Amino acid sequence: MHSFEFSTPTSVSEAVAMLAEQGANARILAGGTDLLIGMRAGRLQPGLVVDAKGIPELLEYQLGSDGLRLGAAVTCRTLYDDPGVVEGYPALIEAVSIIGGIPTQGRATVGGNLCNAAPSGDTIPALIALGAVATLIGPDGPRQLPVEAICLAPGRTALAANELLLSIHIPAPVANSGACYQRFIPRNEMDIAVASVGSSVVLSADGGTFESARIALGSVGPTPIFAQAAGALLAGQPVSDASLQQAADAAEAAATPINDMRGTIEQRKQLINVLTRRTLREAVSRAQA
Amino acid sequence: MSKVHVTTTVNGEEKEFLAEPRQSLLEVLRDELHLTGTKEGCNDGNCGACSVVFDGTLVCACCVLGVEANGKRVETVEGMATREGLHPLQQAFLEETGMQCGICTPGFLMASNELLKSNPNPSEQEIRFWLANNLCRCTGYDKIVKSVQKAAAVMGGA
Amino acid sequence: MNAPESGGKVKTEFTVLGTTPMRQDGMEKVTGAARFGDDIHLPGMLHGKLLRSPHAHARIKSIDTRKAAAMKGVRAVITGADMPTLNAGIIAAGEGGEVNMQDIADNCMARDRVFYDGHVLAAVAADNPHIAEAACGLIEVEYELLEPVLNVHDAIKAGAPVLHEEYTPGAFLFPTQKALPNAGRLFLEHGDVDGALAACDFVVEREFSTKAVHQGYIEPHVTTAEWTSEETLTIHTSTQGAFAIRDFLASFMNMPLSKIKVIPMEIGGGFGGKDVVYIDSVAAVLARKSGRPVKIFMSRSEVLRGTGPSPETFIRVKMGCNKAGQLQAADIYLLYEAGAYPGGPIAPGTLCSLTRYNVPNVRLDGYDVFLNKPKMKPYRAPGATQSNFAAESTLADLAEKAGIDPIEMRLINALKPGDMMPMGFPCPPLGSIEMLNAIKTHPHYTAPLEGENRGRGIAYGFWFGAGLASSAEIRANSDGTVNLTTGSADLSGTRNTLGMQAAEQLGIDPALITTNVGDTDSVGYTFQSVGSRTTFATGIAVISACKKLIGEMARRAAMVWEVDAAEVVYAEGMFRLKGDADKRMTFGELCAKADHTGGPLLADASEFPEGVGFQIAANIVDVEVDPETGKVDILRFTALQDVGKAVHPDYVEGQMQGGSVQGIGWALNEEYVFDDQGRLSNPTLLDYRMPTALDVPNIDCTILETPNPGHPFGVRGVGEVPIVPPPAAIRDAIKNAVGIHLCELPMKPAVVLKAIRDQQGNS
Ligand SMILES: Cc1cc2nc3c(=O)[nH]c(=O)nc-3n(C[C@H](O)[C@H](O)[C@H](O)COP(=O)(O)OP(=O)(O)OC[C@H]3O[C@@H](n4cnc5c(N)ncnc54)[C@H](O)[C@@H]3O)c2cc1C
Ligand code: FES
Ligand code: FES
Repeated sequence: MHSFEFSTPTSVSEAVAMLAEQGANARILAGGTDLLIGMRAGRLQPGLVVDAKGIPELLEYQLGSDGLRLGAAVTCRTLYDDPGVVEGYPALIEAVSIIGGIPTQGRATVGGNLCNAAPSGDTIPALIALGAVATLIGPDGPRQLPVEAICLAPGRTALAANELLLSIHIPAPVANSGACYQRFIPRNEMDIAVASVGSSVVLSADGGTFESARIALGSVGPTPIFAQAAGALLAGQPVSDASLQQAADAAEAAATPINDMRGTIEQRKQLINVLTRRTLREAVSRAQA
Repeated sequence: MSKVHVTTTVNGEEKEFLAEPRQSLLEVLRDELHLTGTKEGCNDGNCGACSVVFDGTLVCACCVLGVEANGKRVETVEGMATREGLHPLQQAFLEETGMQCGICTPGFLMASNELLKSNPNPSEQEIRFWLANNLCRCTGYDKIVKSVQKAAAVMGGA
Repeated sequence: MNAPESGGKVKTEFTVLGTTPMRQDGMEKVTGAARFGDDIHLPGMLHGKLLRSPHAHARIKSIDTRKAAAMKGVRAVITGADMPTLNAGIIAAGEGGEVNMQDIADNCMARDRVFYDGHVLAAVAADNPHIAEAACGLIEVEYELLEPVLNVHDAIKAGAPVLHEEYTPGAFLFPTQKALPNAGRLFLEHGDVDGALAACDFVVEREFSTKAVHQGYIEPHVTTAEWTSEETLTIHTSTQGAFAIRDFLASFMNMPLSKIKVIPMEIGGGFGGKDVVYIDSVAAVLARKSGRPVKIFMSRSEVLRGTGPSPETFIRVKMGCNKAGQLQAADIYLLYEAGAYPGGPIAPGTLCSLTRYNVPNVRLDGYDVFLNKPKMKPYRAPGATQSNFAAESTLADLAEKAGIDPIEMRLINALKPGDMMPMGFPCPPLGSIEMLNAIKTHPHYTAPLEGENRGRGIAYGFWFGAGLASSAEIRANSDGTVNLTTGSADLSGTRNTLGMQAAEQLGIDPALITTNVGDTDSVGYTFQSVGSRTTFATGIAVISACKKLIGEMARRAAMVWEVDAAEVVYAEGMFRLKGDADKRMTFGELCAKADHTGGPLLADASEFPEGVGFQIAANIVDVEVDPETGKVDILRFTALQDVGKAVHPDYVEGQMQGGSVQGIGWALNEEYVFDDQGRLSNPTLLDYRMPTALDVPNIDCTILETPNPGHPFGVRGVGEVPIVPPPAAIRDAIKNAVGIHLCELPMKPAVVLKAIRDQQGNS
């Protein structure tokens, strides 16, 4: 690995100052499960690595009536070890509990997953489906962006070089709502998604009609895709195999996959269709429960 | 790049070393502290041969920087056995033939130990899920799973 | 290949064999104290790193190492020009074949041309691995790109770029002949194949393709070289064969064998991939140039790019039977990658395709094809898994076509003891019929399989195994304990299985015996731990050494009693004087008298056994296929195997389970993926998908024991054949689940999904 400096700021302002000074030469280290691997492979060569884990704010999360506010450096494992989060945010839990295995999850963070901006980042479709909003902070103070606006290209985000991700806010689930995240991988664990779908739905009080839905797709484009039209077409529709299939077809149409060593275009489109159906069905049954 | 002075606790003992930031926790354990029980199989988080407990959490030591250990507690396979004898997991891996070549064994022991701490009586599926970040190419996992089940029983979980 | 010889009488009643004592090296392995290849730190030791070609085929126009050499902390930089030129390039291999040692040396360090992505062309030794790596990045290489040859079909086309103007055909197990510019050939034919096929009632023809797979040992290759004087070299390494490393090094460095000492460290898996030199000679030259010990530890991507996988293949099988299901003829055409240099596993692949069946008319036409990929290496039953998948799947489809039960089909045609084999000798004792019958009555096979998209499959596999040279040295200490040293690397507990054979022969408690793996200076020549040979062949050497030791001890007892040695008998750990019930001494009591009877007690033996018992295995597997995604889940898996005598039944099960899971990985997800320039796209354990604990069920084992007359205790090799049948068995199960006839490996989701959709489109 190349040689670099390491710093451990203890406040956000200190970290922001470092980023302001070093710009693109600096990188935030959260869990390091992307950053260190990328550096070891020579893909990333920051001159300064800024450890986020010395900043108490980034390590905190609050579970409240307005939702879940996650500090950027909260690990996957912290989340699924908290019964409250498991109960309230099953789609998020589905995502965080499949990132690598247990030792990876003990380090990997949701913030890092988002900032790494991989098309396959497992939390991202789940966060988009859940309507999550990210708070970024730079020298000019904080600003907010919906998660779907964060990833611009593989490995590239809307964050300026002098900004860092402060937190992610997931709104509290409303009545008669449910969400689900699923991915397809060839093994049963330890794989990068060939395709993935996060879905969330809000149903009528009797559970028979969709009021709204959000569907997001992973690994079928240069960034995770918010398949807005696919979710929107469910609004007002009855919950039925036919409506689910319509949404699945629309999600498939929104997918723009490529052929690579992990999957083919044809396979990925089919998988988006299947996973959209399956996640919607599960989201519906959670909403009805 | 100047080296950083790191003070840490490894298996209950305070240790000091100098490390370059680019050295992983795995490298400093093996090369600076000469605790070579923790193994390298991939250096990118996929094989679990380097599993250690870092500040109470199971991690892959290759995915942690050595300098991050400053002020932290690290537990490695060398700390598992006590003066009284082997840890029940170590004993079970011996009795149930939970190893062939043994290169993956330290990682499996560390990971299994963390499993049993949080779930003293895991099902076969729970064991397989928990251990999915640890690759073994020799055993086909069957006898590793049985070793963990046996240790769980001995430790009174069952 | 010689007919298996049978030795003397085979013992069938045992006190030690069949028990499951704990291994003595186990304690070190659970505490982390065991010293593997990377666990050594010599004073002043440097770290070596290798520069590897990013191109699959190129001429090296120039290499400029000046910047690298000038970097702070760099102690030596070498290129192909620094490697010695071999005095003896071409040497004899068994069966009249030849091996070109220069090929193997060039595979370690290219001279003027690189032949695959990952081919080493320079190396650096520096104070730490990071500096060495950075220095490699400063080496400037000018390449002239050459057209890469990337698949077996292109390689044998007329006009394909020629890899080697001159070549020595491969001789892995059995020599091949020079045939094509890029391929050696093994051709065997007997009977009238075309006539017999034309006369068959049922014929099936299929084309199969399989992808390259890696042995996947968890410990990367590692070696440390140290010059202990101007002309003596010591190597610490993890290897399947210390003597093989010594011999290769002597040839590469033009040194006498006696001046190289190879110290085997604990080894973290090999499966056929760690019995040859990759980095040892490079470390030795770096160490010489720098004047310091040098360690080289490969990264995982180097392991995947630069060390041998088992080859990608194309296999066409045409097979026919009569109405009764008797096979009449088979015509098999095989293209196996050799990789960058001749010598892939085409011969065992070809020979194992059908050996388990009696087929009167056979044509086997196999090619060892050179192309711009890493030099292929043996992997557990080298070459057999691929051809077994092809032939066994064709046989299953033929049975289906002929309307014959798949087990009956195999029983009708199975090779039985006494049947004449294609190699020209009769089949030795083998439990083939017993094993196939055992499937029929196995509770797994008779259990109902319920649920949609589920299917059950079976398959049957065969492997030869190896004998070859082994040595053992045994010492009885004054306190009655015993030290046993052999030259066999221990990858899985063989110190224990060898110690148990000694305990059985000596009639003492196995706990009294400590078994060591000797270095090349301390024990006689021993071939690699490959070919399932260690417990079998080294076991025979151990038994011989024990017999000699007992002979010597009987002579000592005779001295004590002042009688003729012929009057002393030994049984169950006790020396007795014939006809005198009072004159008795335990093994331990006599050990204590060694100094008064002529000095320390020791004996050694070397053997080259021919009586290799063949290995056969079968699987029963249940799968569930997700028809919407193509994913296959293994629900239940049973492995059956004839093991001769299970020395340590837990270890035998371990071999069966480990091999089965490797076979499952091969069947479902493991593959080398190359881009169109021949670069390996998936050199990580994330994307080279070996099974995790969550991908497989428990592997149930059924052990059958048909004694091998070639071993005093009936032992036959165990380690390799378990990997052979799983792909064919899983293919059979998928067929029975969703009705598709897959002909490629891996049967990954995309492949299964496409086959299901094609089938839906057709119906
Ligand atoms: C073995 C293994 C398996 C994996 N499996 C999966 C998987 O199944 N699914 C999946 O999605 N990923 C997987 N990953 C990738 C990785 O674990 C995840 O993306 C993880 O969530 C990254 O989090 P981290 O905290 O480790 O990020 P880091 O590596 O610390 O950071 C990732 C990137 O984000 C930047 N960054 C981090 N925090 C901030 C911040 N607050 N502000 C600005 N920039 C920031 C970093 O500079 C870096 O560029 C795997 C990785 C490994 C090693
Ligand atoms: S070496 Fe750390 S996970 Fe493989
Ligand atoms: S025992 Fe060899 S890798 Fe697990």
